Amino acid sequence: MHLAYPAVLSALLFCTGLYGVLARRNAILVLMSVELMLNAVNLNLVAFDVWLSKTAEETLHSGQALTLFTIAIAAAEIGIGLAIVLAVHRNRGTADIDRLRDTAERHDSDGPDHDALTAEQSDEAQKAEATA
Amino acid sequence: MTLAAAATTAAQATTTAAHATTSAAESHGFLSPTGVEIAFLLVGLVTFAAAIVTVTTRQLVHAALWLVVTLGGLAVEYLLLTAEFIAWVQVLIYVGSVVVLLLFGLMLTRAPIGRSPDADSGNRWAALTVALAAAAALVWVVVDAFRTTWIDLDGPAAGSTEATGASLFQNWVLPFEALSVLLLAALVGAIVLSRKAKADAATAPESAPAEGTPAGRSEKEGTR
Repeated sequence: MHLAYPAVLSALLFCTGLYGVLARRNAILVLMSVELMLNAVNLNLVAFDVWLSKTAEETLHSGQALTLFTIAIAAAEIGIGLAIVLAVHRNRGTADIDRLRDTAERHDSDGPDHDALTAEQSDEAQKAEATA
Repeated sequence: MTLAAAATTAAQATTTAAHATTSAAESHGFLSPTGVEIAFLLVGLVTFAAAIVTVTTRQLVHAALWLVVTLGGLAVEYLLLTAEFIAWVQVLIYVGSVVVLLLFGLMLTRAPIGRSPDADSGNRWAALTVALAAAAALVWVVVDAFRTTWIDLDGPAAGSTEATGASLFQNWVLPFEALSVLLLAALVGAIVLSRKAKADAATAPESAPAEGTPAGRSEKEGTR
């Protein structure tokens, strides 16, 4: 098999996931796109490992071992990510990442004092929400 | 006699040379459509189309279901690349648990069932530009770099369970054990993140695996 087939497919899948990460609004859909990108990397690793295991004399099967590690880390990542998204949804009532702008810089403020004040306020609000 | 023997030898040499030429042309013709390549191309088209639908559909639950098609197609691609163990691990972990977790997350965040008009954010054209530029650059570089490289799929499978297991437990034991520690840390972290701060520390699902913690939280929410 020509090596370009799996390489091109994984590049296209990676760019699809990139579009999803940048364009989606729901946090869980962003996590799905991250999964797409991880799978593209896995396909690349497996294809190059199969190629190397036939051409090289001695191989460690590093591509497939790293693929297994990537799959396990992706499972852990999706568990932690969903726990964070659910905690955010419980505190704010939304999983919309366009509305989670508490740490963004305020452009409509009129001075550094006001900035510091709002930052302190949002910090306190976050602490209160974290302990609630 | 000797003439006939010489003729036979010459004929044999010619056939061997011709056979060598055809086999070289078969195995090394540019974009030679062997059966495996055609199957890989078809499954790859289905996988890529399902991935496109996953990132563009406006129905959130359908996105998760198309993700199943994408991940299953990738498992078939692993099988075509003779990486059998990775393929079944992909089916078990991704299709079996990650998509189910994502569906749990969609349900718990009260995702709308029908079409949601605000699934895409306002910067989708910028995202499309970035993705198309990255795709063009990556595909060009990859095709240019591996123009004359072929994977030899004949012979014993490169990713059978025996080969993968032997390599994993001979050369990769230390990362494997470190990975188990990482999974334990993820389990504890998911429990800490998803439980209430003060309430019911005793009823927190201590023994649930990391993937099962949001499900455990859903039970708690259900009883609340």
